[in-house]
Amino acid sequence: MTSAIEVADLVVHRGARPVLHGLSCTIPEGSVTGLLGPSGSGKTTLMRAIVGVQVVRSGTVTVLGRPAGDAKLRSEIGYLTQAPSVYADLTVRENARYFAALYGLGQAEADAAVRDVGLAEAASQLVGNLSGGQRSRASLACAIVSKPKVLILDEPTVGQDPVLRDELWAQFRGLAESGSTLVVSSHVMDEANRCDRLLLIREGLLIADDTPAAVKASAGTEDLDQAFLTLIRRQGTGVPAPRATGEASEVPS
Amino acid sequence: MILLHTTGRILRQLRHDRRTVAMLVAVPTLLLTLLYFMYDSQPGVFDHIALIMLGVFPFIIMFLITSIAMLRERTTGTLERLLTTPLRKTDLLFGYGLAFGVAAAVQAGFASALAYLLLDLDTQGAAGYVVMIAVANAVLGMALGLLASAFAKTEFQAVQFMPVLAVPQLLLCGLFVPRELMAGWLQAISDVLPLTYAVEALQEVGAYAEPTGTMWRDFAIVAGAVVVALVAAAGTLRRRTP
Ligand SMILES: Nc1ncnc2c1ncn2[C@@H]1O[C@H](COP(=O)(O)OP(=O)(O)O)[C@@H](O)[C@H]1O
Ligand SMILES: [Mg+2]
Repeated sequence: MTSAIEVADLVVHRGARPVLHGLSCTIPEGSVTGLLGPSGSGKTTLMRAIVGVQVVRSGTVTVLGRPAGDAKLRSEIGYLTQAPSVYADLTVRENARYFAALYGLGQAEADAAVRDVGLAEAASQLVGNLSGGQRSRASLACAIVSKPKVLILDEPTVGQDPVLRDELWAQFRGLAESGSTLVVSSHVMDEANRCDRLLLIREGLLIADDTPAAVKASAGTEDLDQAFLTLIRRQGTGVPAPRATGEASEVPS
Repeated sequence: MILLHTTGRILRQLRHDRRTVAMLVAVPTLLLTLLYFMYDSQPGVFDHIALIMLGVFPFIIMFLITSIAMLRERTTGTLERLLTTPLRKTDLLFGYGLAFGVAAAVQAGFASALAYLLLDLDTQGAAGYVVMIAVANAVLGMALGLLASAFAKTEFQAVQFMPVLAVPQLLLCGLFVPRELMAGWLQAISDVLPLTYAVEALQEVGAYAEPTGTMWRDFAIVAGAVVVALVAAAGTLRRRTP
């Protein structure tokens, strides 16, 4: 399987604090990778580095064979920021159409994206008048509108009801099946089972990089929440995480 | 193409804010009317002040509106997101320039129509030149507003850049004290402030029937200041942030 994203020895400081300490990982093409970890662990920072908007101290991030942030990547990558970044004083439809236009796409694509996130009924409402969950879906519509090859979604399902969450995950799966590479962050463990691969991150260190099944097997539990805790404890006591299914779990020094 | 879509988007945002649009048109006309009655008993003074006000309103208003609009782009994350798309920095900057240029033309058009038709404003030169200079001033205000927004973290800070950048230009442009009567060092400062030239250009339109060389030179200086401010503003748009 070819890799869409390669991160090597990535060190990022934010403010005076180091946030990522030499993180490395590889994300395969056409997959959904879950980026999981507690709040403040560095998920957003890693995603920003992949998109190319984060100043990095050292290390490399390669996306589709080019350095992250390369001008040629701008038409290939979609980014959903954690806080919805859409214009509150435009309607949902106007937002989607503007972002579609930036990729050279027309109204049909924009309207399809609005439907895909379940906002067809609210399309002519001002984003400023929407609920929090709707607003973040409006933002999502603008990220998926170009059907990019690489889609970085920072907590796309927060604040959505279970039915919608299910529908959104079906969308993500559909995009991956048509060849897109998705990185989806979440701090809700029950979403992890829907991913092809998981990156578990804690305090800027990768404590697992494997399939959900392998992560669970390596921790010896069926419960991902529990597996995460087990892996953290192991890491804390300096015991290296066991290897599962032949894939090395990243254990940073 | 992206440039025009960006212009359209900014104008659409403005259109959803009906009250702002109403104020853009109403405020200058109301203030001009106020001036008209204030100087009722002093013939000629209204002509002098109203002419300059027609050029200065768009500068101040577009400065304020743009600095807040751009600050919002920065604080709500839309700027960061835009810079991850194929949009170029110039698409954004000139998108703002075109959008607020159009808004300023509408504003100056209404204000001039009122001033010339109802308030008997009298200038030697044609009203079209007044509108042209007013739009250039608006675009200058817009460009400085884009630049100023980079130095503001909050909207409270952004609005306070207006007195910092605009009031000294107003005080020194020759409206309150003729430039020849100012101390040498004040004149030197006045010489490097773009509004000085905008005001001089307007005074040329007031005094001569045909556009003068001085007017065109002043107009070019204002346009040059716009380019300098836009280039500086482009430098504040960073794709990567800490
Ligand atoms: N702009 C910033 N300036 C300084 N520190 C920041 C900034 N943004 C985030 N941080 C810090 O970086 C760490 C990681 O943040 P983040 O990547 O947002 O974590 P997550 O997305 O996993 O919640 C946190 O400790 C946070 O306080
Ligand atoms: Mg985050």
